[in-house]
Amino acid sequence: MTTETVISAQDLSLTFETNDGPVNALKDVSLEVKKGDFVSFIGPSGCGKTTFLRVMADLESPTAGDIEVNGTSPADARKSRAYGYVFQAAGLYPWRTIGGNIRLPLEIMGYDRAEQARRVNSVLGLVDLAGFEKKFPWQLSGGMQQRASIARALAFNADLLLMDEPFGALDEIVRDHLNEQLLSLWEKTNKTICFVTHSIPEAVYLSTRIVVMSPRPGRITDVIESPLPRDRPLDIRDTPEFLEVAHRVREGLRAGHSYED
Amino acid sequence: MRNALPVLTVVGVIVVIWYIAAIWMNSTWALQMAERLGRDMEFTDLVVATMTQDRPLVAAPHQVVVALWDGVFGHAVTSKRSFVYHGFVTLEATLWGFALGIVIGVGLAIAIVHSRAVDMSVMPWAVISQTVPIVALAPMIVVVANAVGVEDRLLPKAIISAYLSFFPVLVSMVSGLRAPNQMQLDLLKTYGANRSQVFWKLRLPASLPYFFASLKVAIAASLIGAIVGELPTGAINGLGARMLIGSQFGQPLIMWAALFAAAILAGILIIAVGTIQRAADRRMGVAR
Repeated sequence: MTTETVISAQDLSLTFETNDGPVNALKDVSLEVKKGDFVSFIGPSGCGKTTFLRVMADLESPTAGDIEVNGTSPADARKSRAYGYVFQAAGLYPWRTIGGNIRLPLEIMGYDRAEQARRVNSVLGLVDLAGFEKKFPWQLSGGMQQRASIARALAFNADLLLMDEPFGALDEIVRDHLNEQLLSLWEKTNKTICFVTHSIPEAVYLSTRIVVMSPRPGRITDVIESPLPRDRPLDIRDTPEFLEVAHRVREGLRAGHSYED
Repeated sequence: MRNALPVLTVVGVIVVIWYIAAIWMNSTWALQMAERLGRDMEFTDLVVATMTQDRPLVAAPHQVVVALWDGVFGHAVTSKRSFVYHGFVTLEATLWGFALGIVIGVGLAIAIVHSRAVDMSVMPWAVISQTVPIVALAPMIVVVANAVGVEDRLLPKAIISAYLSFFPVLVSMVSGLRAPNQMQLDLLKTYGANRSQVFWKLRLPASLPYFFASLKVAIAASLIGAIVGELPTGAINGLGARMLIGSQFGQPLIMWAALFAAAILAGILIIAVGTIQRAADRRMGVAR
């Protein structure tokens, strides 16, 4: 494992001006993400986890503090296509086939046709959707659509994946399956992944580090280094080590008053 | 055929009401004639008398059908008495106006979506333009076209037609081009897409269902515009002119037949637009 820093945030703050006065979405957040990390951000709604991810992606601008992605500003990182972003909804274009959807970023980034076809094929294999290239999104289940959207984010081979509750809208059985697939994908591609979730088991199962956040103002209350091995079968979730990490996450949430009204 | 039954039922009801209206409206004249001739009339005689007048207040359905049949098949298609000839004159202006309306509507919508200044300056005028009665405006357009030396009626008719048809296209396209949600826009931003890529890859394809929905309204508006353009004094060609001549020169049957010829033309045009829409839907993967 190298120790190259992918994301480095220093005293990051973001205040939204609303009609009800300013809202502190993020307050003095500092964090480093190393290459190859799988970092989960967990916390109740309003804790700024999605906002933090959007700042990394240059979809929001911080009002104070510094953040670097791959050693440059988020805007430059975005323009150099440093990351793939997966949204909560698959957001596939209904008028494009699965293959056409995955080709979308490649068309925009100016890959030639042969290279587009090659990459579409290879990422469809990665997310287990080989043979579905010519189907339209409505012909696929929700889980398959979300896999296609992950394939779309993988297509241009960015080293960093930013995922905003990608499995939040799926049922638990599908979610287990996709979690397993995501881990094996991470293993195979050695990408750095930042993953927003509000599920404790999901965060513990997937991550090498878990960032616990709390709201009003949005801040980090705990960063947990997972003692679990990289190779994780689904039933690792019944081991004492797993439960211990989950317990510590819950303690972190409690310390941030996440369970109070 | 299950689709045809409700339609045929409605048509049947309309025909029945129409016959009753024809008997009722035409009976006054029939009774006057009988009185003048000093004859008594049985009800059956009265019914026959109301169905066979040359200049009825309300033409009976079968009279309209006969006149329509004669207008379509009874003359060479180049004859000035043929509805086919007049229909093509109207159709030509309709299609030019339709095309012009689409170009103007789509063009303005693109400008409005991309520029707040255009949005605020042009959109209110587009709305106001539709509140001006087209029958008041049409003669002016014809006269002005004539004054600047345009002899042919096609151009002013196409302009009048476009004046009506651009609006539904404009309103729908503005909605359609703004249809993409924040997430879809954010997605393209993460790819570093520029404005024109956002337009071609997202906004335009997202707007197509809106576009095709507006075409059905626009084609009907185009036809109305073309017909209104044929009404001002001096027009002798086109279904609109046939209607006016029929009503002004005491040939109500021709007026009625021309009216139905226009309705049939409208039906054909809407079916044609619907066919194009279905083909586009299939191409874009809409479930059918």
